[in-house]
Amino acid sequence: MKASHWVIGFGVLSAVAMAAAPASAGTLETVKSRGQLVCGVNTSLPGFSAPDEKGKWSGLDVDYCKALAAVVLGDPAKVKYVPLTAKERLTAVQTGEIDVLARNTTWTMSRDTSLGLNFVGVDYYDGQGFLVKKALGVKSAKELNGASVCVLAGTTTELNLADYFRANGMKYQSVVFDTGDQTLQGFNSDRCDVLTSDQSQLYGLRSKLPDPGKAVVLPEVISKEPLGPVVRQGDDAWFNVTRWTLFAWFNLEEAGVTGKNVGEMLKSTNPDVKRLLGVDSDLGAKMGVGNDFAVAIVKAVGNYGESFERNVGKGSPLQIARGQNALWTKGGLIYGPPVR
Amino acid sequence: MQPTRTIKPWNDPKIRALVFQAAVIAAVLWLAVTLFRNTLLNMEHRNIQTGFGFLGQTAGFGILFSLIPYDESYSYGRTFFVGLLNTVLVSGLGIVTATLLGFLAGISRLSRNWLVARLAEVYVEIFRNVPLLLQIFFWYFAVLQTLPAPRRSLNFHDLVFLSKRGLYVPAPVFGPGMEWVGLALLAALIAVWRLSRWETRRREATGQIFPFWRVAAALAIGAPGLVFLLAGAPMTWSVPALRGFNFAGGGVLLPELVALWFALTVYTGTFIAEIVRSGIQAVSHGQTEAAAALGLKRGQIIRLVVLPQALRVIIPPLTSQYLNLAKNSSLATAIGYPDLVNVFMGTTLNQTGQAVEVVAMTMSVYLTISLVISLAMNGYNKRVALKER
Repeated sequence: MKASHWVIGFGVLSAVAMAAAPASAGTLETVKSRGQLVCGVNTSLPGFSAPDEKGKWSGLDVDYCKALAAVVLGDPAKVKYVPLTAKERLTAVQTGEIDVLARNTTWTMSRDTSLGLNFVGVDYYDGQGFLVKKALGVKSAKELNGASVCVLAGTTTELNLADYFRANGMKYQSVVFDTGDQTLQGFNSDRCDVLTSDQSQLYGLRSKLPDPGKAVVLPEVISKEPLGPVVRQGDDAWFNVTRWTLFAWFNLEEAGVTGKNVGEMLKSTNPDVKRLLGVDSDLGAKMGVGNDFAVAIVKAVGNYGESFERNVGKGSPLQIARGQNALWTKGGLIYGPPVR
Repeated sequence: MQPTRTIKPWNDPKIRALVFQAAVIAAVLWLAVTLFRNTLLNMEHRNIQTGFGFLGQTAGFGILFSLIPYDESYSYGRTFFVGLLNTVLVSGLGIVTATLLGFLAGISRLSRNWLVARLAEVYVEIFRNVPLLLQIFFWYFAVLQTLPAPRRSLNFHDLVFLSKRGLYVPAPVFGPGMEWVGLALLAALIAVWRLSRWETRRREATGQIFPFWRVAAALAIGAPGLVFLLAGAPMTWSVPALRGFNFAGGGVLLPELVALWFALTVYTGTFIAEIVRSGIQAVSHGQTEAAAALGLKRGQIIRLVVLPQALRVIIPPLTSQYLNLAKNSSLATAIGYPDLVNVFMGTTLNQTGQAVEVVAMTMSVYLTISLVISLAMNGYNKRVALKER
C-alpha cells in the first residue's frame, strides 16, 4: 500500500472523529422520530424488571418504561428493553445508549452532581438489609461479626456494608459478584453466610432459592435507598416529560383514577381530575406531548398503586407491604406535586 | 564528460519517503489530539467531571483479598494497586503451573507408552475445546459444592482446615530481628550464584567435578539458619481457629484464587502442550538417533539434545500463550476474585463514575504487563536462538 493511501485513510478517520461532536437534538424528538423508547432495565429482578418464559418484560420499573412510551408515543408496547448490570447502567445513560434508566438505581448526591445524570424522582423507597440462612441462628445484624458477605458489584450496597460493619466495630469478608444471580448462587452454595442488598431485592432473590423457607431477612435496615429513573443532564425538555410522567402516575392514584374506571372519570366534574386527565387543560401540550398523557399512562399500566400491588405487592409472590411506598395521604412518602 | 543529471526533489525517492513519513506522523498525532480533545469536550457538554483527582479519595469499600495492607479507609488509588497485585499474582502462578503442565503433557503426547500418550491427548482435546469462562465456573462451583461448610471443615491436627471458605494454614509471624535473617538469605543466594559461575568455568577449563549442589544447599540453608538462631528465633506461628462464622488467624488460600488459577493452568496448559509437541517434532530425527548412538539414555536425549533445540521453535508461540493467560485472568470478575477488573474497573469505576480514566488506566496496565512479558521472553529467545558462527 502506498503511503499516500494511509494519509487519505487517516484524513477520513479524523473527519469521522470530528463529526462525532455532541448531539444537539433533544431526546424527546429523537424518541418520537425513532418511534421507540430505549429503556435500561435490570437483567433479572423479580417484581421490578424480569422477562418471562416468552421474553415479555414485567415489573414496577418496566411499568414506568411502558407509561413513558404511552405518554410520548401513545403505545406502551413501543419500548426496547436493554438489560444492564449494575456496573454498566450509569455509563449506558451517559453515552446515550438508552433514553432512560429504570433500574432500581439509588439516588445519591455524587451520582446526581458529578456524573452528568439527573434523577427523575423516587418510585420506590428502599433500604439495605441482610438475608441469612436460618440454620445459623442469627437474630440480628449486630451478631454478624466475622461473616462472609455476598454482595453485588458497583452498588451503593458495597459502601453501606463497609460503613455499617465499621461503625459497629465488626469485621467481615466481602465476596463481590457481577450479577444478582451469581450473588445468589454464592449464598446458596454457602460461600457466604450473608447476602446483602436492598430489602426489596432480598425478597425477590429469596423466592429464587431452592428452599426459600430456609433463609430469613434480618430486621435491620441499614441505609436509605431511594430508587428512581435516571436521565442525562442537560436535556430539560426530556427531563420534564420523564419527571411528570412519574408524578402523574402518583397523582392518578391519589385522584382515584384506575385502569378500570378511567372512562367514567373522564366525565368527572372534579376540577383536579379534569386537569389531570387533560379534559380541560393544555398542560400536556406545553410539555410537548398529548394533553391526555395521564389517560395514556393509566390505560397502559394503571395508576402507581395498581402497578405496585400487581408487581411487588399483594398480587405478586413478593407480598411486599406498601409501608413507606404508600401515598402521603396514607402515611407513606409517595407524593406527586399538583398538576396545574 | 557527461552532464550530471539533476534529480528533481519530488522525484528523489529518499526525499519522497521522508515527506510521506512526516505526513503520516503528523496525521496520526493530529488524530490522537483531536480524539482526546473531542472526548473532553463531549464530557464537558454532558457535565461529567474529569481528571484523576478521585484517586486520592477514600474508597470506603472492602476487598476480599489483598497482598498489601488495605481496608475501607484507604484511597481509590490504593484499590488500583490491590487489584493490580492480585492480577499479577494469579497470572504469575498460572504461567508457572501452565508451563509445567504444558511441557509434561506435550512430552507425554510423544511418549512410547500408549496409555500415557492417549491420556495426554484426551486432556488436550477436552480442555482446549471448552470455553475458559465455563471452565472457571465449573472449577469454582465444583470446589464450592464438594467442600464442607466452615463449621464442619476437614481438620488436620487442628492446624490446617479445608472448607468452602478456603484452605486455612498456619502462617509465620515475624518478630524483630527477622530482617537480619532475610539479609543473610540474600547474601547466601548471591554467594551461590557466584559459586555456580566459578564452578562452571572451572569444570569447562579443567573437567574437574565440584560437589556444587551440596555446597550450595549448605550455604542457602545454613547461613540464614545460623543467623535465625543467633537472633533468638524471632518467629511465631499464627494458627487458624474457628471464631464465629469464619476462621481467624493463619494464612488462607481462597477458593476464588484456586478455581481461577486451576482453570487458567489447565486451559493454557493444553495450548502449551501442543506448542511443545510441535517444537519437539521440528527437531530432526537424526539428532535423536545420533544422541542414542552416543549412548545417552532416553531422558537425557530429551533433556540435553532435543529440548534445547526445540526451545527455538517453542519460545515465540509460548510467549503469546503467556500473554493470553495474563489477559484471560480478567475473567476473574465472574467468580468474584478481586483482580484489577473486578476491583478497579468494577467497584471503583462505579463508585466514582470516572469511566474514561479508569478504563484507560486498566487498559494501560494490561498493555504494560503484556509488553513486559513479551520483552522478557524475547530476551530469553535471543539467548536460546541458534547462534550462527
